[in-house]
Amino acid sequence: MITFTVNGNKHEFSGDPSTPVLWYLRDELNLTGPKFGCGMAQCGACTVHIDGMAQRSCVLPVSAVQGRKITTIEGLSENGDHPVQKAWVEHKVPQCGFCQCGQIMQAASLLSTNPTPSDEEIVENMSGNICRCGTYPRIHKAIKSASKSISSNAGVSYFDPTQAGEEA
Amino acid sequence: MSENTYFDMNRRSFLKSTAAAGALVLGTYFMGGAPRAMAGVLAKPAENAKRANLFIALRPDGMVEVTCHRSEMGQQIRTAIAQIVADEMEAAWDKVIVIQGKGDPKYGDQNTDGSRSIRFNMQRLREMGSSVRYMMQHAAAKRWGVEPSTCVAEQHVVTHTSGKTLAYKDLIDDALTITPPEADKLKLKERKEWRYINTGMAHIDLQDIVTGKATFAADVREPKALVAIIERPPVVGGKVKSFNADKAKAVNGVVDVIEIPAPKGAPQFQPKGGLAIIANNTWAAWQGRKALDVTWDDGANGDYNSANFKEQLLNTVNAPQALVREKGDALSVLEKASDKLVADYYVPHLAQAPMEPPCATAMYYKDRVDVWAATQNPQADMETVGAMVGMDKEKINVHVTMLGGAFGRKSKPDFSAEAAFLSMKTGKPIRVQWTREDDIQHGFYHAVSAQHVEAALDENGKIDAYLHRTAFSPIASTFQEGANAPFSFELDLGFTDNPILTPNMKLERGEAPAKARIGWMRSVSNIFHAFAVQSFINEAAHKAGKDPKNYLLEVIGPDRIIDVTDQKAEYQNYWGDKSVYPLDTGRLRNVIEKVSDMAGWGRNMPKGRGLGIAAHRSFLTYVATVVEVEVSDAGDLSVIKSWVAIDAGTVVNTDTVKNQTQGGSVYGITTAISDGITFDKGRVQQSNFHNYRVPRMSDSPLEVEVEVIESDAPPAGVGEPATPVYAPALCNAIFAACGKRIRQLPIGNQLKA
Repeated sequence: MITFTVNGNKHEFSGDPSTPVLWYLRDELNLTGPKFGCGMAQCGACTVHIDGMAQRSCVLPVSAVQGRKITTIEGLSENGDHPVQKAWVEHKVPQCGFCQCGQIMQAASLLSTNPTPSDEEIVENMSGNICRCGTYPRIHKAIKSASKSISSNAGVSYFDPTQAGEEA
Repeated sequence: MSENTYFDMNRRSFLKSTAAAGALVLGTYFMGGAPRAMAGVLAKPAENAKRANLFIALRPDGMVEVTCHRSEMGQQIRTAIAQIVADEMEAAWDKVIVIQGKGDPKYGDQNTDGSRSIRFNMQRLREMGSSVRYMMQHAAAKRWGVEPSTCVAEQHVVTHTSGKTLAYKDLIDDALTITPPEADKLKLKERKEWRYINTGMAHIDLQDIVTGKATFAADVREPKALVAIIERPPVVGGKVKSFNADKAKAVNGVVDVIEIPAPKGAPQFQPKGGLAIIANNTWAAWQGRKALDVTWDDGANGDYNSANFKEQLLNTVNAPQALVREKGDALSVLEKASDKLVADYYVPHLAQAPMEPPCATAMYYKDRVDVWAATQNPQADMETVGAMVGMDKEKINVHVTMLGGAFGRKSKPDFSAEAAFLSMKTGKPIRVQWTREDDIQHGFYHAVSAQHVEAALDENGKIDAYLHRTAFSPIASTFQEGANAPFSFELDLGFTDNPILTPNMKLERGEAPAKARIGWMRSVSNIFHAFAVQSFINEAAHKAGKDPKNYLLEVIGPDRIIDVTDQKAEYQNYWGDKSVYPLDTGRLRNVIEKVSDMAGWGRNMPKGRGLGIAAHRSFLTYVATVVEVEVSDAGDLSVIKSWVAIDAGTVVNTDTVKNQTQGGSVYGITTAISDGITFDKGRVQQSNFHNYRVPRMSDSPLEVEVEVIESDAPPAGVGEPATPVYAPALCNAIFAACGKRIRQLPIGNQLKA
């Protein structure tokens, strides 16, 4: 019996321990935020947090999460208002949207360990996540915005005229 | 249920019907007579099919339901349709709900490809919205006994000059007695009155997407559904020879192994056949598949080899071929020319590789089939599924999910037919899940092509004569068994409509068999045609010692309307009326000049950096792109930044157009950096994103600056036109940066040599 938590709730698993966490989440728990895109940790659509760190759930066997905390996009924030989610809305990042849960989970993980990443660090950390619609320029900008709001977390935000209106 | 009222634009009257209780439902005639699925990328809108069949419903609680009959694949059509309707009907935006239309010919064409959802629908959607506003205004006037001209319908409320008001929801019964005028007498809003159209408002699905709530194909949860993963023949036309069902069934969770029959005749959208592993969950099906030990009979396409086929295509374009367009006498001028530029170009097969691999859920009943699918064209699912299970297409209910990317792949509903067939065989709901390997290896591929271009240049570099031959495995082969020659629309895309001004031009097309299933991918044959034409013009500029941007403008020549049908050419102009959507070189010039300004064209570049430019009209839209690259001494390529000017006529959502243009540009990088799809022994040699590379953030410019040209011209395409210009602009930039000319894609190791 393998035990762990998903979005704060305790779960037990007694099936094939080689089952990837992705299929457990999707098929058993009906948590469909983590997506299947490649099955070999090439695209990042399945990204979840394991003890707060981004991991590709499509190649992570359930046997490896004994005693760990799994967080999916459904558990990232209560009201969809994590700074990264807010930045995604502000920059109107998504097109088809399929990869974006994975992108957001990856970006949230990055900012939790490095709240002020450089341009290059963003590229390095995000290049494992594919967006076939090509929203990379907006993802990059949104992460910069989220970084600003996280690192200036003093309860005050200031109007920035360059951020208003449409995306460039 | 109570009686309800539909408005019929044809009869100018109301029709009684039963629908959701108490709602005023407005329909308008739409383009009916849906084209057959095989018309593919350029289905023609039918005319004069006046049926009350696209609906706005005003509910008693005041909410407005707008039906979106086109598929959502990231182009935000659900938002755009709502913007158009809500604007003209003066609906408050927070009272608008979008309902996704099922597959149904009553909507007219639903084939969401060819960048035409807005072009085909905007006028009618406006008329429909305007009719509701008219009815609200006149219903209130009637209730009050005042002149309609003293009443204004605005934001869900009608206000009289006296200040009294009535909400839309309180006017439903009154509105049933009002008949709006004929469409041509409706007073549509003037552009300056638009409040939603032509703004960059946020799309309606944004919050659902960032919280993981949006429902894509694989997210459809039919509680009792079993999962099927299918092992398909690796070669098109191949058949199962032997397999080990017992071993597969021994895997815990595997329920059954079912053979899917091989397709007959032309591929169309039929499943490829193969063996389906039916299981209780995805992982069990995945494991069961590995245990199958299947062997195959490959059939006639087992000899397909990309290297050999490339030689064949290049040989074809280096010999005279069938005439497509002719002006003057290009051949004799070329024969006598003292200064000639000759170049061959090659672009491999490509796979669309949408982020969500194909997926569908189906439930077969005695008298109907319910399907939930990520489909670009639910009416094609109705036909294909109907044929697969032997049922009339009217009995196939197709629910359209969010698409998870599509790029042309998902207008071929073989995956829906697989799910329906397996549900019929098992009596259970079945979700067919394609793996990424399945997607890469069993697709409908972008055609592989070769292009041969020759020009005679005079002493000033002017093109005296131009010869261009194209050859590619045609989409026609997917619909007509053994077809070697392209449909004319495949040539229309960037070949027949060449805008170069020259006294002598000859365009020819060769033949090529298809040894794989060929389909359309975002911007279709524009990809290889624009790559050849825009690379060649750049080569000619350098040969003539001229600035590439100035030279590009020079070869396009003075502003004029080009009608290629004057030059023995067939040309369908994306089914746009040529008087409404002429090929206008002035608009092409304008985007070139605009993008040059944006990019600071002509500025001094540091060593190893270069700017490249390309411009192209496709889907009736004009795009010019400048790419800045850096090529290191070691031959490493970085794309620094891109600029795009796009003139798509009237646009509905300015931010969506920018996002599509940015994304369409990044998509264009695939052509240049991807490994392409190659075949050996009839089998695709790539399998997943490690060997079929698609652009990542590290390959993408971090900024794609887009200027959407303000225009009141009729709306044109947006989803595709940014793609074809990108690879030539990129390769022209590479030449400017390091002097290496890329004529064959992908770039691969060519910069390392």
